[in-house]
Amino acid sequence: MPTVTIDERQVTVDPGTSILEAAKKLGIFIPHYCYHPRLTIVDACRMCLVEVKGAPKLVTSCSNAVADNMVVFTDTPKVEEARQSVLEFLLINHPLDCPICDKSGECLLQNYYFCHSRKPSRFKENKVKKHKVVDLGPKIVLDSERCIVCTRCVRFCKEVAGEEILGIFNRADHSEIGVFPGKKLENNYQGNLADVCPVGALTARDFRFKCRSWFLCQIDTICPGCSNGCNAVVHFTLRNFNGLKGQRVFRLTPRENNDVNKVWLCDVGRWGYAFVDSIDRLTMPAMRKGEDFVKTDWNTALKETANRLKTLVERYGANAIGVIPSPHLTNEDLYALKCLFGCLLKIANIDFKVPGFDKGEDDKILLKADRHPNTKGAELLGLSGTGLSVEAMMDKVKAGEIKALYLAGSDPVKYMGEKAEEALSRAELVIFQGTNFNASCKLAHIVLPGATFVEKEGTFTNYQGRVQKVNKALEPLGEAMADWEIFTRLGQMLGVFPSYRSAEEVFMDIAREVAPFAGITYKKIGSQGIKLTLPEGPVLSEAKE
Amino acid sequence: MKIVTQKLTTKESLYFFEIAKGLWITARHFVKNMYFHIAHLYGKYQEVPAAVTIQYPEEKIPVSKRWRGNHRINSRPDGSPRCVACMLCETVCPVQCIHIIAGEHPDPNIEKYPVSFDVDVTRCCWCGMCEEACPVDAIYMDTGKTPEPGYSREDLVYHKEQLLKETPLPNYQRSLNTPGQGPMKANPMGL
Repeated sequence: MPTVTIDERQVTVDPGTSILEAAKKLGIFIPHYCYHPRLTIVDACRMCLVEVKGAPKLVTSCSNAVADNMVVFTDTPKVEEARQSVLEFLLINHPLDCPICDKSGECLLQNYYFCHSRKPSRFKENKVKKHKVVDLGPKIVLDSERCIVCTRCVRFCKEVAGEEILGIFNRADHSEIGVFPGKKLENNYQGNLADVCPVGALTARDFRFKCRSWFLCQIDTICPGCSNGCNAVVHFTLRNFNGLKGQRVFRLTPRENNDVNKVWLCDVGRWGYAFVDSIDRLTMPAMRKGEDFVKTDWNTALKETANRLKTLVERYGANAIGVIPSPHLTNEDLYALKCLFGCLLKIANIDFKVPGFDKGEDDKILLKADRHPNTKGAELLGLSGTGLSVEAMMDKVKAGEIKALYLAGSDPVKYMGEKAEEALSRAELVIFQGTNFNASCKLAHIVLPGATFVEKEGTFTNYQGRVQKVNKALEPLGEAMADWEIFTRLGQMLGVFPSYRSAEEVFMDIAREVAPFAGITYKKIGSQGIKLTLPEGPVLSEAKE
Repeated sequence: MKIVTQKLTTKESLYFFEIAKGLWITARHFVKNMYFHIAHLYGKYQEVPAAVTIQYPEEKIPVSKRWRGNHRINSRPDGSPRCVACMLCETVCPVQCIHIIAGEHPDPNIEKYPVSFDVDVTRCCWCGMCEEACPVDAIYMDTGKTPEPGYSREDLVYHKEQLLKETPLPNYQRSLNTPGQGPMKANPMGL
């Protein structure tokens, strides 16, 4: 284990570690462009030069491994001068259109210029003009003038996305990034190109010109796109004026988690946030009157729901009600649902496994076939296999044995088509609780608006059984409420039910009652999540009365 | 604190003499101004000013050359706005009265342009920071106008089309690119 001295501080690292990584361990940041912790080292940008005692010249810290008793200096005048020269060269042909560049505010060229150089340009000649607004596909736009040819995007396509699509064309200051002839940039990981690009050369069309980076707030979240549970950061704005057309969430960017998504995020998840602010969001509780829905307030809607459920249970027994929760809901929501329907109303027909819900496309990198973030959580909480399956429920609804269906975020019409449509239209009572209007919602009698993943606190359990936390970024749209809150209010109307005031309280109960979650708290989950010790076979927990 | 009360003299306490003194001052100003106003009508004593009253709103007070009035957007030679929708004015605005929606310009060399540019003058505090922040000389507050009253708040939100039509007041010092002040200076970004 070599011990190195960096800026007069000692650190012992594994053999083969680069100077840059060893310095990072000490909290010393060495500026760099081409180095990326998940890509191969190419030594292209020369920004990470440091001084090593005994070496005749400055060395690149990203490609040189540490040796025992090495003495490194990262902020000597010689190093600073080298950084300034590198920046001066990079800025020679850079168009300096920061005001209209989407990257500005989070651009490494900008940041390092202000940290290390701050010198006016001495370049008198004409700048080399290159292509601007090059269409690299429907999702990514390239601006060759801004490019500093660090080749991070080229390496990303080759090493992570699995296909050599991008390359460098021409020589010297005329070099440009481009797509190889006959190939197209159409993989599922293009969004990461905009993330790995240290400057504004590659920008995502989805985010382009929508918002300046400094207007955005950030909060840690989990991508709700599939059961992989990639760690992400949601960028949202609290500004509100007519022109934004109600858009509050602007993008999702990946967050590092070595056990789940490394530092990547797939396009399906990254650009799947649109439903949060879409026009079909449910914002008010509503009840059916004839063909139309009439908006009401929460008290009326919940009282109506409670009364009708109570009457049905009294008249036909608990088996006349079917509950179809969605694995889109958080563990907290599902636990409250289980408490309400399983324990309080003694309904056995709870099943989240709508046929075909996990039959998406699996791309073998990040995206999983199951496009629901909390399938494992729903399984662990015992929301399947206690009674009839969804298919059997639909048959019984048609036969008239099941009178009411409670759809908690699920959309059986989407997966089962006509069969579900027929069943839903025949049922005496259909209650839909969810975030957006859909085909199943259309057939409901009572509609209760729920909150999306950015509007509530909670936890998702990914396919590995890792519990990860989503945070509340925004207030629910309109009068929507977090699902656990709806179940709590409904439960209190129907009988004795714990009075949860926050998602954390619900989670404390989960930790107490459900074996695999024992001893876990929000604090222990932290930002990286915590892996559950999964028992063998199906888990059927006894939730409390 | 010491309170000093001024005792009136016998002459002042008699009231009559003071009234007469006051009437004399008023009458003197009246006669003097009347004399010079009539004299001005006949073209005499032009150099002696008579009492000053500005007949607002028919007559406007000339404003200083650096006075900040309503906003305007500078245009390119083809009439489109010089604004590149960088939103720096929106960022620097302390009262958040500017709202810009950016769009993709068909010309790749311009790249970004404002689809809408709204200035809410009900919120504006006339600080002029938007002018200072603008990297392309697009926004100016040199129209020399004050906002006109409106019947609704929406009347006082100025849109891009209105702002483009405004012209700078001649001889203003706020603008680099006022007409009649020599050739247009190249803006720093070359946009």
